[in-house]
Amino acid sequence: MTPAINSDGRNSATSDATHSAASLNALELLHFSKRFGGAVALDDVSLSIRRGEVHGLLGSNGSGKSTLIKILSGFHHPEPGAQLSLYGQSINLPVNPVRLRDFGLSFVHQHLGLVPALSVTENLYLGKLATRNNWRINWTSAHENAREVFDRFQLDLEPTREVASLSSVQQALLAIVRAYESLREAGELHADKPGVLVLDEPTPFLPQSGVTQLFDLIRKCVDTGASVIFVSHDVDEVRQITDRASILRDGHLIDTVESGFISHEGFVSRIIGRDLEQYTGTKKPINNGTVRLRASNVCKESIGPLTFQSAAGEILGLTGLIGSGFDSVPAILYGAQKEVTGSISVDETTLDLSTVKPETALQAGIAYLPADRLAEAGIGSLSVADNVCQPVLAELQSGIALTEKQIIQHASLLGANAGVKPNTPQMPLAALSGGNAQKALMAKWLQTKPHVLLLDEPTQGVDVGARQQLWDALDATAAHGTCILIASTDYEQLASVCHRVLIFSQGQIVAELTGNSLTKDLIAEHCYRSLTRSA
Amino acid sequence: MNDSSTLNNQPDTMQDYEDRIKALESKIQSVESAMETSAYNRWNWKDWFERYGLLLAWGALILLLGALKPEQMFAWNSYATMFGSNAMIVALTLALLLPLTTGDYDLSVASVMGLSSMLIAVLNVKLGWSIAPAILVALLAGALVGAVNALFVLYFGIHSLIVTLGTGYFINGVILWISNSATIAGVSMQLVKGVILTRVFGIPIGFYYALILAAIIWYLFQHTSLGRRLLFVGRGREVARLSGVNVVRLRAGSLIAAGVVAAFAGVLYTGMRGAADPSSSLAFLLPAFAAAFLGSTAIYPGRFNAPGAFIAVFFLSTGIMGLNFLGVDSFVQNLFYGGGLVIAVSISQLIRGRRPMD
Repeated sequence: MTPAINSDGRNSATSDATHSAASLNALELLHFSKRFGGAVALDDVSLSIRRGEVHGLLGSNGSGKSTLIKILSGFHHPEPGAQLSLYGQSINLPVNPVRLRDFGLSFVHQHLGLVPALSVTENLYLGKLATRNNWRINWTSAHENAREVFDRFQLDLEPTREVASLSSVQQALLAIVRAYESLREAGELHADKPGVLVLDEPTPFLPQSGVTQLFDLIRKCVDTGASVIFVSHDVDEVRQITDRASILRDGHLIDTVESGFISHEGFVSRIIGRDLEQYTGTKKPINNGTVRLRASNVCKESIGPLTFQSAAGEILGLTGLIGSGFDSVPAILYGAQKEVTGSISVDETTLDLSTVKPETALQAGIAYLPADRLAEAGIGSLSVADNVCQPVLAELQSGIALTEKQIIQHASLLGANAGVKPNTPQMPLAALSGGNAQKALMAKWLQTKPHVLLLDEPTQGVDVGARQQLWDALDATAAHGTCILIASTDYEQLASVCHRVLIFSQGQIVAELTGNSLTKDLIAEHCYRSLTRSA
Repeated sequence: MNDSSTLNNQPDTMQDYEDRIKALESKIQSVESAMETSAYNRWNWKDWFERYGLLLAWGALILLLGALKPEQMFAWNSYATMFGSNAMIVALTLALLLPLTTGDYDLSVASVMGLSSMLIAVLNVKLGWSIAPAILVALLAGALVGAVNALFVLYFGIHSLIVTLGTGYFINGVILWISNSATIAGVSMQLVKGVILTRVFGIPIGFYYALILAAIIWYLFQHTSLGRRLLFVGRGREVARLSGVNVVRLRAGSLIAAGVVAAFAGVLYTGMRGAADPSSSLAFLLPAFAAAFLGSTAIYPGRFNAPGAFIAVFFLSTGIMGLNFLGVDSFVQNLFYGGGLVIAVSISQLIRGRRPMD
């Protein structure tokens, strides 16, 4: 590996792959682009992964790294012109997901894909069991085989144990070993192609000791000649484990670097980018209204203790990297999660979070709009009217009977105010576009005039026009004294709509940004900085 | 949650201007949406057919069978008898609708019906109680079984299918025990009079009880906020919970109500025959399920609903009556109800856009 910095990723990208390069490189991507509607998620990215290297893939949310991985795994179709080759053999695009392993590509996603109720051995051979007909499975020898595999990696995993009883680290190790083994099996046919393992954010939920174990395992895999693509947002981890790393930003490949030669700061500045213009919109002043919401000593598993407060009329952002815990705060404050301690007070009412339930939180004037629109926030098979009228049914039923007409009329009024299109309350909620469904569900809670409104990723999958309407509605609500909490990873939006943003890391609030320091770049910087572990 | 104190109280000219623009915008929007709504509300033959298809099918069935056996199929008396003798199946089907709407299965309803019937007979005939307290005890027993079901389903988190299968079987044992496995006849004529001997327009009065019960459940589901909440719980438990609905209370309530209504079906069944036997009520479980699911394809398609269930019971029993007139053996009941259940579930699945039933 030459110590030439920055250049080789791009050079091999612009020149067409020659045969000598093909034998050096395990995986070669040329001209990968992807558009979603008008938005460019990935713009002409070319990468090469060498044999026997750990290659980091870094970038913040929306940088295109997950799009790139999804093209590789056959989930997305790339734009025409893209080329992909593995060990010099070109592969037709879009990738056929069923044949990935035969090509020599194997994925471990963040959710691992293990079946918790089955044993370690059953999980290890799940792929085999699913695709081949075994009329007689010899479990004794299967367990023995599994034990041999784990011995080879010096892992302490008991083949007969149920996966659900394993620690999160052991589960991650098992998933990686399984992915590696499936490559080895496919690779037996051509021993000179040991395969490429793609690890998609395997670490955010692991403790530090677990990360070390994981890295040992990755090194053992690489020692056999296999290559590993390590997708992460953790700069320190990438510096520790990878040989080279590629950084994506806004769909472009910014740089491919020798990891050992770049400082932490060097990575952060490449991820965030310095060339971006500073946000020039009207900055919201710090809100000094009376305190409306107080959270004290809120704890849940690895999150907390959190103590913070928010003023009437304030829009408070909560953010951090995946796994930092910020995203569960709205559900925790609403009493939607179990095993929470601490308390929350709204105006004069104090609620003990260990006993509070959604219905008591609602009575105290707290409303919560979950991120998962059709699994938690609304019911797709029911009409828009049924969905939005739910919190006010008792009021609508003023006479002896609640009539369909009343419900439809009320929903129609709400929908017109919120700009839901088409404003046809009889339609099932699932038939609305993401943005319009969100407008309707937001209106469902805004009509109750909550004191505190908790939002989780309120603009996920919402188009730009609808976004603006949602923000306008929220601004108006805040102006009436509602205190709004927004958990989101969209730094740009947080910077423009919030009065104040709290940054989370490892379950703690590590920074607070207000006023002029509340910019997209500074939020991102604090998110990544906070990860620098004090060794 | 009224928070209007901070609403704008001093309108200035700019505010005034903006308000007027807003008013205009919303007017435009309401016109637009009215156009869209009317497009959506256009008389849709497919929609209409879906709602009233079962009624049409019932009519067609009567005509078809009537063409073959006109003197029996076109006699009011046949229908009067059928309406009367199926009252308890209607009640049993209505009992099922409550837990089905909140997303739970209750397989113990037929056993509860049998238990209620046997309790009335034992208390009234063997122990000499007067009929009113015997009925009351039977209804309370239904509530108790519902509460036990709710305890296991909700507190221990076991699937309702398993719990009610078990409690149903358990109750069958209790019935055999308290009856010494024998039929008990001679139940108070008061009850028999109050269910079958009194006739209105030629139809035994028991039918009207079932009709009233159906109307109550229709009203509950369609015109009360409680009914909407039940539907919410059944369609999206997590959504309902996060919307502040007390999911546990509603599910428990509907299981207990199912027990009481099933016990009421037992009262009708006892009154119809003036006797109770230990096993015959169990045969009504499948017809009730078939009718509940077939009913969910009509009137309010995609939702378990009382009028649909009511029509479904008589659609199925008309078919059976007609085939009996044609001299087909009694096995036709099994063919009709069993086939009806599978076909009904398939149709309701199609209506719900191939979403799996929960």
